[in-house]
Amino acid sequence: MDLSTLAESHLQFRVERLLAEYVQCIDDDRLEAWPDYFAAECVYKIAALENTSRGLPLAAIFCDSKGMLVDRVVSLRKANIFERHQYRHIVSSTLLTDISRASVSARSHYVVYRTRGNGVTELFSAGVYEDKIVSVDSELKFAEKLVIYDTDRVDTLLVTPL
Amino acid sequence: MTDPETIVGDAKPWPSPDSGFRVPYEVFTDPAYYEREQESIFRGESWSFVGLEAEIPNTGDFKSTSIGEMPVIVTRDNDGAVNVMQNRCAHRGALICRERRGNTKRLQCVYHQWAYNLKGQLKGVPFRAGIEGKGGMPDDFELADHNLNKLRAEILNGMIFASFSNTIGTLEEFLGPMMVASIKRIFNRPIEVLGDQRQYIHGNWKLYAENTRDPYHASLLHLFHTTFGLYRSSQTGECLMDDHHRHSMLYAKAASSSAAADSEIFKDVRSYDENFKLADPSVLAGRPEFDDGITLVIMSLFPNLVIQQIANTLAVRQTVTDGPNGFELVWTHFGYADDDSEMRAIRIKQSNLIGPAGYVSMEDGEAVEIVQKAVRRERGQTSYIAMGGGKAEDAAHLVTESAIIGFWENYKSVLGIPA
Repeated sequence: MDLSTLAESHLQFRVERLLAEYVQCIDDDRLEAWPDYFAAECVYKIAALENTSRGLPLAAIFCDSKGMLVDRVVSLRKANIFERHQYRHIVSSTLLTDISRASVSARSHYVVYRTRGNGVTELFSAGVYEDKIVSVDSELKFAEKLVIYDTDRVDTLLVTPL
Repeated sequence: MTDPETIVGDAKPWPSPDSGFRVPYEVFTDPAYYEREQESIFRGESWSFVGLEAEIPNTGDFKSTSIGEMPVIVTRDNDGAVNVMQNRCAHRGALICRERRGNTKRLQCVYHQWAYNLKGQLKGVPFRAGIEGKGGMPDDFELADHNLNKLRAEILNGMIFASFSNTIGTLEEFLGPMMVASIKRIFNRPIEVLGDQRQYIHGNWKLYAENTRDPYHASLLHLFHTTFGLYRSSQTGECLMDDHHRHSMLYAKAASSSAAADSEIFKDVRSYDENFKLADPSVLAGRPEFDDGITLVIMSLFPNLVIQQIANTLAVRQTVTDGPNGFELVWTHFGYADDDSEMRAIRIKQSNLIGPAGYVSMEDGEAVEIVQKAVRRERGQTSYIAMGGGKAEDAAHLVTESAIIGFWENYKSVLGIPA
């Protein structure tokens, strides 16, 4: 599908629906389906603004294949030890920053509230999604999802994807 | 709550009814202990880590950080020297540096614009002579009497340490020859900072000091390797301490044991499973880079630092206390300035292993917090530390808690708690 031939309002709608489905997949704890929102060749990176703004490469989570996304989920389910928690993602309206035949770039702001086992809900992370989205069999998928977070003092730990 | 004075004055010896070592839980929660630590440890006779020279390579570079709860500034001055000063204006106590890092010609307080040079010497006070004959500072006011409070600073292979004490010996004496050699092993050539990670843990800083001196928990709490059939039980290693037992070094060499042998050793351990496989094992791909074959080093330096080499990840982890019930952990990841692009990519990918989202480190924050939650009201109840024999002795294996006991013996000595 040539993305540049779609009406921009339609593309905007499709991108925002992808983002809505993506965050609800995480918040509904359907993490096994989470890698399916990515293209076969993909990059997923969660990095602190403190580092990206200095041009430093370090990320908290850095996956450059779909397999690495799957491994994150398997590790979360089977290996990692953490307190059960619930996320609620709130995503801003999205700006499409670049549209080409093959991909669309989109920028959205997000906040994630996390509710811990004691029932207290706190703002866990605020930041930006910088997404590069491609069409795979007429479905939109993330070829690149950069999560740049302002909240760089991570509270306790980060295990569930953003 | 215990009166701070009674901790040193009338403190009873900690209980030791049997061969194990016991730590009274109030040490993790009682503000009196915390106050004493700030004075006796962080403002006292110790060298605290404050940063890497690679973080402030150029004239005018600065970073702000804290020793315990005391804010400090680290600068590179016009002579190329490193200075560490309290981040507190000599006038009315305002923070001078309000950014984490930057580059500046002078340090200027925003409140009344008192200006200091990069060595912390006061160079300018607005309206010093008053305005049109009105106001102004007294005649006996001398700039030189109002410098920023400068700490002693020493550098070892690019690592910057500072001390509030004027009586403490040299940094190398404080670290001891083994720690000095281990630092020189890792900091053997110029480094390149890859980035920082910060993590807030809702627990006492000493629970993390215990955690990083505890090889016993490694394969039991951190199940990433066991779950994916990657842990090798017969890896050889040692748990060593300096003469004062302030610091510890845990190290391991790459393993050669079989999956079958591991199944036997881990048969009682939850989640040991050879059946899960990483879909993309590239996260573990690396290169041997030390001739000694050591693939894991955790050096815990009293009071506020861990230096780690886990596979090809290199990092320092600085503890910044925030009351008895919380601390910040600041990770600075690095490689070497002469890394080729592939090595740099290896380190960045392996960083998935460590930090607040690290496959083999995220649980440490959780471990600290579940202790803190459980002991918050305990007075007189104790932990029980005995794995490996219950003595602060070096061990030629990793099935030991001996370095934790070493930590506590040194801690008691520094705080004046009877043995």
